[in-house]
Amino acid sequence: MSTVLTIGSGKGGVGKTTAVANLAVALAAAGEKVVCIDGDIGLRNLDVIMGLENRIVYDLVDVVEGRCRLRQAMIRDKHLPELYLIPAAQTRDKSAVSPSDMVRLCDELRGEYDWILIDSPAGIERGFKNAIAPADRVVVVTNPEVSAVRDADRVIGILEAEEKDTPSLVINRLNPAMVKRHDMLSADDVVDLLAVKVIGIVPEDDDVIVAANRGTPVALDPKSRAGQAFRNIAQRLKGVDVPFMALDDQGNLWQRLFAGRK
Amino acid sequence: MSFFERLRGRKRSADSAKERLQLVLVHDRTDITPAVLEALKDDLLTTISRHVEIDPAAVHIALERDGRAQRLIADIPLRSVSRRRSG
Repeated sequence: MSTVLTIGSGKGGVGKTTAVANLAVALAAAGEKVVCIDGDIGLRNLDVIMGLENRIVYDLVDVVEGRCRLRQAMIRDKHLPELYLIPAAQTRDKSAVSPSDMVRLCDELRGEYDWILIDSPAGIERGFKNAIAPADRVVVVTNPEVSAVRDADRVIGILEAEEKDTPSLVINRLNPAMVKRHDMLSADDVVDLLAVKVIGIVPEDDDVIVAANRGTPVALDPKSRAGQAFRNIAQRLKGVDVPFMALDDQGNLWQRLFAGRK
Repeated sequence: MSFFERLRGRKRSADSAKERLQLVLVHDRTDITPAVLEALKDDLLTTISRHVEIDPAAVHIALERDGRAQRLIADIPLRSVSRRRSG
């Protein structure tokens, strides 16, 4: 049984691509066969986040327009043998692909892979419609900020109107210290506002940027807090009941000693 | 928020964010702007006044969230008959 999982958000910059890359590596590291598709035609980035930008020969539009076979556009990951990427085209726009193209493409991959992850572009137009057309499940990524929460609500509303199953929510870049002093919406606040089930809470973590710099997703770093959060989400996607990690501790003893002096 | 802001009793920013979002989301989801709500209230008052006596100033109409659904809540106190007679 394969699952087509689309990751969307409405607002840009909330961490969709980071979420796709990390869920993909976490699922593949847990023994699942995974393909991810970059749906952001014209603004491709999943390739650099995964560190595969130098291996691209063909892309999604080449497959759709018949210049290559699907297999030829699938790039095997550097670290995990059961993980593949289908990159977006960089010099075309969203209209180069239609929702039915995406359905056909995913149908070809179903059966052979356990997970087909689609990285939706920001916005609620054609690119987003392409990304959700083949989706069995949708994860909406948001940040605990007014604009990101508002846009997530719009996306959830559109999915309801399209009669997709209710999406689950990833709250990304939560800063526990700011939540503690009531200067950031808490995960409970966001869940109460959006009224959908939360599948993961990812703390703000410098390691995410370091990992992006290197092209090695943070879920591969056993010490990273964000990496752990993404690995937990991957387990929950597989149906494993993983408790949410405590986010209120303020780092190690050294950080706690100096935090009060800033 | 600084220590001094807290001393002055200013509301925590997360609470402002939540209150503002509650309102914004209700209007986004229903496409009912405050102006539409006001017009609806006027129509409602005119219709009800044709049948029973009400105090227009005491009428309260609001959109409320219930999970992912929205409700239009109208609280319309009726003028009591006895008071009308004595007055």
